[in-house]
Amino acid sequence: MGESGEGLGREGGLSSGMIDKIVPSLEAALADVSDGSTILVGGFGGAGVPEELIDALIAQGAKDLTIVNNNAGNGEVGVAALLNAGRVRKIVCSYPRLADGYVFERLYRAGKVELELVPQGTLSERMRAAGAGIGAFYTPTAYGTDLAKGKETRVIEGKGHVLEYPIRGDVALVKAERGDRWGNLVYRKSARNFGPTMASAAKCTIAQVYETVELGGLDPECIVTPGIFVTRVVKVPRKGGSWTPAASVTRGISGRAAGTGR
Amino acid sequence: MSYAKLTRDEIAKRIAQDIPEGAYVNLGIGMPTLVGNHLPKDREIFLHSENGILGMGPAPAAGEEDGDLINAGKEPVTLLTGGAYFHHTDSFAMMRGGHLDIAVLGAFQVSVSGDLANWHSGGDAIPAVGGAMDLAVGAKSVWVMMEHLTKSGESKIVPRCTYPLTGIGVVKRLYTDLAVIDVTPRGLAASRLISGLSFDELQRLTGVPLLPSGARAAA
Repeated sequence: MGESGEGLGREGGLSSGMIDKIVPSLEAALADVSDGSTILVGGFGGAGVPEELIDALIAQGAKDLTIVNNNAGNGEVGVAALLNAGRVRKIVCSYPRLADGYVFERLYRAGKVELELVPQGTLSERMRAAGAGIGAFYTPTAYGTDLAKGKETRVIEGKGHVLEYPIRGDVALVKAERGDRWGNLVYRKSARNFGPTMASAAKCTIAQVYETVELGGLDPECIVTPGIFVTRVVKVPRKGGSWTPAASVTRGISGRAAGTGR
Repeated sequence: MSYAKLTRDEIAKRIAQDIPEGAYVNLGIGMPTLVGNHLPKDREIFLHSENGILGMGPAPAAGEEDGDLINAGKEPVTLLTGGAYFHHTDSFAMMRGGHLDIAVLGAFQVSVSGDLANWHSGGDAIPAVGGAMDLAVGAKSVWVMMEHLTKSGESKIVPRCTYPLTGIGVVKRLYTDLAVIDVTPRGLAASRLISGLSFDELQRLTGVPLLPSGARAAA
């Protein structure tokens, strides 16, 4: 990533003047994403997916990407569209098996995309660790299972633990509800999901918002992601229409997963 | 003797009645979700959803769905008055940090020592784990809701899981369509056998030795 802020984590450099992380377009927000980047993509099912940023990333053309997301896309939108466009080398996720996750399934079975399967809490904690400067951590999750194979383990207070390393993003793409020019963000309902953690875990965090407000327009007691974690904010138009089964990631997994997976 | 296996709703009802007031509970998607429909109206129980909800309410009325308010199964839900939203890392701190009282999960198999296999059917299925392993090790009590037998009549309660493990020694209690079975240091203790089912018949159907325990209540 080009960091024109030169270590200040912002675009303005050392010169005085107003800090404004709000960029005028999706193209401007994503202009410097490089091939081979690791990209943290927010969203759980259909909630909180930064679809406009993903579409703009496809248009931008970066390839050979590692995508970190809870799922592996559904239908032909969002992460599935990125996969379909042949831009993804590897996906790191907890739940790639969705009823209409056929794009991932086709590429995975053809050996065209690598999968690193991570328990959801470990996925989230690995990104938290990256954002918090933690070198690694031990967790009992997955101890003794196939997902701990090849990993260091240790018994702590009588309980088996697995050593897990941070996941750092070059870029995080996050969907928030509202933001200001300092990059402070608030989210909406369960669309918050991975957003705050991913925002902290990437070198460059780009947030798409439906509304931008003046400084002071967000209650400081209620800001969820403080601007220090955010590099750029881009406003996108709110889509019309409410929830439809087709707009949500279908569940369709309960029958096959004994009602346990996510 | 003849007996009628419990329906999924009847199993869900049994589980719901056993959840005490004030409990923080995560219901796995699929079959365990049914438990939410049977929670006693006179108890306050906090439902947790891993995607950042405490105080999750029932499905909204048709036309009231909100794509930003979904449960772990990605279905639209509501928030009870007093409920809260939070981000994923906080949510999994609740799950992994021992803050949830009960997780109700489905299962492919449970072993005599409480090993749980519920995330992967093996073979060439696309592997997907979600939050199953986090709940398995993190909740204070893991209850399994499942049919006692596979479709081909084999016991899902086994000496040793042959499906890939989700967690080792994590299951505390099983609710099946035939009985309630507690995982104890002495072994599996069966109780609340359904009406018309004898202990001997339950033992015959089950892949591992059972201990009789408690009164045999009708469903």
